[in-house]
Amino acid sequence: MPASGSLALPVCALILAPMLLGIVNRTKAVIAGRRGPPLLQPYWDIAKSLRRGAVYGEVTTWLFRLGPVVGLATLAAALLVTPFGGVRAPVSFSGDPIVLVGLLALGRFATVLAALDTGSSFEGMGASREVHFAALAEPALLLALATLARVTGSFALTPVYQAITIGAWADALPTFALVAMTLLVITLVENTRIPVDDPATHLELTMIHEVMVLDHSGPDLGLIQYAAALKVWIVGALLVGLVTPIRSGSVWLDGAAMLVGMVLLAGVIGMIESAMARYRLAQVPQFIVAAATLSAVAFIIRLI
Amino acid sequence: MFEFTAALLLLALGGTLAILLHPRAGLCQLAGQIGAVLGSASGLAAALRVLITGDAVSLTGAWHMPGGSLHIEIDVLSAFFLLPVFGLSIVTGLYGRSYLGNGGGFASTASWFHLNMLTAAMALVIAAHDGLLFLLAWEIMALSPFFLVIFDDRKTAVRHAAWTYLAAAHLGTAFLLVLFVLLGSIAGTSDFAAYGAALKNHQALRSSVFLLALIGFGVKAGIVPAHVWLPEAHPVAPSHASALMSGAMIKVGIYGLVRILTLLGTPEPWWGWLLIAVGASSGVLGVLFALAQHDLKRLLAYHSVENIGIILLGIGIGVLGLARGMPLLAVIGFASGFLHVLNHSIFKGLLFLGSGAVHRAAHSLELEELGGLLKRMPWTGTFFLIGAAAIVGLPPLNGFVSEFLLLYAGFLAVLQPAAAVAVAGLIVIVILGLIGGLAAACFAKAFGIVFLGSPRSEEASEAREVARPMRASMAVLALLCIAIGLGAPLAVASLAGVVAGMTGATVGTVSAELAIVTWPLAVAVTVFAFLIAIAALAWALRARRLAVASVRRGPVWGCGYLFPSPKMQYTASSFAQPLTTQFHLLIRNRETLVPPQGYFPADSSYVSDSGDPALRLLFVPTFRWFDRVVTRLNVIQHGHIHVYILYVAATLIALLIWESL
Repeated sequence: MPASGSLALPVCALILAPMLLGIVNRTKAVIAGRRGPPLLQPYWDIAKSLRRGAVYGEVTTWLFRLGPVVGLATLAAALLVTPFGGVRAPVSFSGDPIVLVGLLALGRFATVLAALDTGSSFEGMGASREVHFAALAEPALLLALATLARVTGSFALTPVYQAITIGAWADALPTFALVAMTLLVITLVENTRIPVDDPATHLELTMIHEVMVLDHSGPDLGLIQYAAALKVWIVGALLVGLVTPIRSGSVWLDGAAMLVGMVLLAGVIGMIESAMARYRLAQVPQFIVAAATLSAVAFIIRLI
Repeated sequence: MFEFTAALLLLALGGTLAILLHPRAGLCQLAGQIGAVLGSASGLAAALRVLITGDAVSLTGAWHMPGGSLHIEIDVLSAFFLLPVFGLSIVTGLYGRSYLGNGGGFASTASWFHLNMLTAAMALVIAAHDGLLFLLAWEIMALSPFFLVIFDDRKTAVRHAAWTYLAAAHLGTAFLLVLFVLLGSIAGTSDFAAYGAALKNHQALRSSVFLLALIGFGVKAGIVPAHVWLPEAHPVAPSHASALMSGAMIKVGIYGLVRILTLLGTPEPWWGWLLIAVGASSGVLGVLFALAQHDLKRLLAYHSVENIGIILLGIGIGVLGLARGMPLLAVIGFASGFLHVLNHSIFKGLLFLGSGAVHRAAHSLELEELGGLLKRMPWTGTFFLIGAAAIVGLPPLNGFVSEFLLLYAGFLAVLQPAAAVAVAGLIVIVILGLIGGLAAACFAKAFGIVFLGSPRSEEASEAREVARPMRASMAVLALLCIAIGLGAPLAVASLAGVVAGMTGATVGTVSAELAIVTWPLAVAVTVFAFLIAIAALAWALRARRLAVASVRRGPVWGCGYLFPSPKMQYTASSFAQPLTTQFHLLIRNRETLVPPQGYFPADSSYVSDSGDPALRLLFVPTFRWFDRVVTRLNVIQHGHIHVYILYVAATLIALLIWESL
């Protein structure tokens, strides 16, 4: 069915996504013994950036301005196929995981090219690291989704997540647990969180995503901040949908359970960021490959 | 059929006139160009007619060659593979005259002859339905590129590249000779129709035939490790010739393999596995080698290796599906392979034409000397960007469609209860994911370093947009990338005829099976339309805001350093370094680093050599060994003709004695 869910889901996502970043920051602040910024701070940040004027680098072209726009549009389109646990996505069809991965890749390609457009060595550095880690994270995500497809007997995201019930968990406990670990790592990598990247660092040389968007300002920066929040929502929903196997059939109950799960995920990310140091850059690929291996093991368990 | 023979004649006529009119450069070029464009257009019409009606046309020559017949037949499979050949030849013909210019002397005019001969020979290979005719056309197709590669023959590197090409081409032909002699000996005739019938009675020979075809045609297609000629030959040929060679000629290798597969009947499962293994290694190694390159055309040549790998993955899944009796899997696997054949010829042709434009404008293909060209060549830059996004497999362009089909087939396989099929599906999914990610890295590098940032050399900063015909030919290909991307359901549905030829099912059955995948594609295209709408909306809002806010230009953030120079930009090597280091075991880049030492470092240097490991570690040692062995035979070769006659007589006597025993 083309419209198996309503458009209310993406609208909710568009409204609620920045809140997740607020929760992450609040968690980190509380653990560090600070009071921290208000939960709605990300909204104010985005609004402030959107209102401002812009400064463009001397050599930049239209591609630099197009990057943030495409980055946001790909994630908005990805919301159409991303189910929210038991809540159906507006659009569902066999092969929609491929479309999701393709959209993420398109957004990343646009961001990377916009970074290279500045001709700044810092941004080149960030772009280089981004494509490096993405080249490993992409097969890892596909591997995790393929494993879920094998267990649930479908490869459209909505039916896959419909089939992840408590009964299915009892049946496929080790597989689901391993895939969940892969998805957690992918959530951290795709959203450039500690231990892969530190969004709050102050040294350009150590950044990945932040250094790529260093020279964006004004509305462009606002779009990028908003897109970052949406990405946490989308990739996070894949993980939370797996570990919150509540499928009551009621949209309200399933949605509420998922929302609680998303808040918890933001809290977990905040705790990981407080408890861990980031890896050296050379260790990050091993981290991603190890996570992909977990899903490969999960797949092998389900072969027989 | 008339259009097809007219195509061959026009191509030959244009090429010959180009040589005959030699001293008058302008006329030569015009004759060559008109022959190429008109001939190819006529051929394209012939191919399209067969594809639309679905009826094969054939022609048997009145005279017989010794040992074979002049049997030409364009069935749906041939017609499909004629599309990239003739289609691309029209575009390269359009592009070639402006690219070559009126200078260049005889090499320039002769290149038209060889280019047209290449197109005609490729068409004849694809249409030939007789083993001997096939081999003859194959040989012409193998020789013409040699003269295109050796275009700039005063350079040692060019002569070396042409030599490598010639050796590789004939290494492949050697296997094909054995293949066709074997087929001819069991069939008793050289006609393709008889081959299939004969193979039914010789089941034991089928696997040998398959292996010979895989190696012989694989060399032409550029599978690892027989790919070594591509990165040598493509960079030195004129760019439109590279486009034709990479876009069309290597596909003729795929055609040969596929044609033999149709003759072989129901395949064995291990053939599918072997094709998947060869495809996976070519795909991954091709893109990894490409990452290490810093010559634009060498980089593109390695990407051809990668894309041949993707095509073989699709065909491998198709063969596996046929062998295990899973028609849907087979249909989607073959469809992805065929569509990628077409797609690759479009975007790779576009990228090679773009690299030619860069070469004309900035006089270099060395990535580290380019930069900032998007501002100076906005058209070429935009077309190259479309080609780059298409080859990476990004939505909503054509590369995404064929990779979607392949991943779809992979997911279908993953759901099968049989563990072996599920594992094959998983391998395809993971490998394609990895290839996609690495290709994105590589084209971010290629496009970013060449077209973005600031120019890294004087020539690059003075680059100007290229002539109109060159832009027009790139525009055609770029539009095709978008059209197939947005018209994906139609493009896939139209593959039914050619896929039916592979699976042996009726066109109606295959159409019904393809409809299973065209529906999701239609929804996906709707999602992409939504994406474009959102992007347009965001762009408009942003523009409205900036119309009233302050917008200014300023220096980029340099960590407080105020005088950055273009030399301080990230280079192609530094961009790819994390990946090349991580995959060092496979790429085997050789690096020599003299680090700066002491408080006042005097000199430091870094040299990286991205020479091909297959060439260095496999072929050079093998040929050296062969050379040593053969040199020993020098003692019987000393230039005295009467001794040679003695050899002949001695051999004759020996044979007579052997016969009478």
